[in-house]
Amino acid sequence: MREVAVLGVGQTKFGELWDRSFREIGIEAGLQALVDAKLGSGDLGGLFLGNMASGSLLDQEHIAPLILDYAGLAGRHLPAVRVEGGGASGSLALHQGFLAVASGLYDFVVVGGAEKMTDVLDTTANEIISSTADHEWEVVFGATLPALWGLIARRHMHEFGTTREQLARVAVQMHQNGSKNPLAHYRNKLTVEQVVGAGEVAEPLGMLDCAPLSDGAAAVVLGPLDVARKYTDTPVRIAASEVACDTMAVQHRASVTTLESTVVAARRAFQRARRTPGDVTVAEVHDAYTISALLALEDLGFVEKGRAGPEFETGRFAPGGALVINPSGGLKAQGRPFGAVGVAQVVELVRQLRGEAKERQVSGATLALAHDVGGTGATSAVHLLERAD
Amino acid sequence: MSIARFWRETPRRYNLGGSNCTICGTVYFPPRAVCPTCPHHRQTLEKMVPFQLSGDGEVFSFTVVHDAAEGFEMQVPYVMALVKTVEGPVLTGQVVDISPGEVQIGLKVRATFRKLREEGKAGVIHYGYKFSPALESDVRPPSRGPTVPVETAAPTDRVSA
Repeated sequence: MREVAVLGVGQTKFGELWDRSFREIGIEAGLQALVDAKLGSGDLGGLFLGNMASGSLLDQEHIAPLILDYAGLAGRHLPAVRVEGGGASGSLALHQGFLAVASGLYDFVVVGGAEKMTDVLDTTANEIISSTADHEWEVVFGATLPALWGLIARRHMHEFGTTREQLARVAVQMHQNGSKNPLAHYRNKLTVEQVVGAGEVAEPLGMLDCAPLSDGAAAVVLGPLDVARKYTDTPVRIAASEVACDTMAVQHRASVTTLESTVVAARRAFQRARRTPGDVTVAEVHDAYTISALLALEDLGFVEKGRAGPEFETGRFAPGGALVINPSGGLKAQGRPFGAVGVAQVVELVRQLRGEAKERQVSGATLALAHDVGGTGATSAVHLLERAD
Repeated sequence: MSIARFWRETPRRYNLGGSNCTICGTVYFPPRAVCPTCPHHRQTLEKMVPFQLSGDGEVFSFTVVHDAAEGFEMQVPYVMALVKTVEGPVLTGQVVDISPGEVQIGLKVRATFRKLREEGKAGVIHYGYKFSPALESDVRPPSRGPTVPVETAAPTDRVSA
């Protein structure tokens, strides 16, 4: 296995991009990453594209060659592969790209993530995202993706005393972070009162506990670490790329307040990198719902099980702390273009590690962690990144 | 949804037909072709037998849904719950016949056969289980345990989609 580095990154604005098509945003992110990596397209071995639901969102399957084609590379006949894993599609594409370079089969690959969610009505998009849960045994009975996370939230409150206000604090902090991110879907700030008082979606979760449906794309260029210096002064090493799965439905889990897939992916990642949760200084974690972020802090090992609510409330995970969570604004404020999320997390972390994050720069960013979840936790992915110069 | 896709699940959705691992005794709903609990799980392939759930259980967690799933718009606000059955499996379903504000974790409930949703005015009507509060006066024989499958039951060596 070769060591793998991130050589370039690119990302579009996230949001309701009504004037832009799927192929436009896909190409923009990919070409930005290639330019950033100072890599000619002639060096590329292939493309891995994370995307959840282009078929139902856009009536367009078979999108990997589509993006390759409009990036001007059809004539090179490169392999282009779409990777799907619900909301974790982007991270799974990254995992495949990592494996391809690590194995030595390809030298340089582009890993993209793209989703165009606002070409259908909100109600349709919500049905589509709920299909990342178990359709036959959850959705058919009236459950939605936020309803399933609502069940998790209620049980977490019951078992550990987590409060409605503690959930709201997550959204407030994410919007505070996102206000400094020019690519974010939302840059407005929120108060706890606004979050608690917003319209209910699936109690205890309200509208402002839920990440938005966004359009957006992100891309990274990966290559072997041993030649990375030729392309960039600031190579970032992928210290671990781990994926773990669990039962499709929440109802089949031994505990509904723990995502075992996250626990296991994190454990494997820290073992592989020979590091511990205490070494991480900046992380982008799955906060599709406010409760998701609290579970992530516990299941990744940053706080004890059940303690995330009060610990988050102290502000220790805000910019300035020893571990900064979601400087980008996370899914909640930066936005949630499903298949793009996992790649965008790594784009943000690479910018943080390079010291290029401007207003939202985390000082002393060394070891960075990206955490992505599909559905209600049937898939989790954890990536560890660090500077390699 | 096509009629066949819903119809083939009727033994489970109408009658709570689960499965039971004859090696370790664990009960599953919906039925499974292999037992995830047994350490040598391949050996369980032919050892899973039909098992009828009683429908009795209690609310393990719940949420009041205001932003409905497709086909459930007329029912908001409605309660979705994880119900832990007395036989072990946890089911996801609505809790009805009670005001949403009165539902609590620990509430004793019982499965009831109801209309789930209609696919528009001319489409398929889906039926299946929901849960309603169990009354003190309810008397029901204890769980029937392993049974001959009802006539409509699909082979249990198939994993549902």
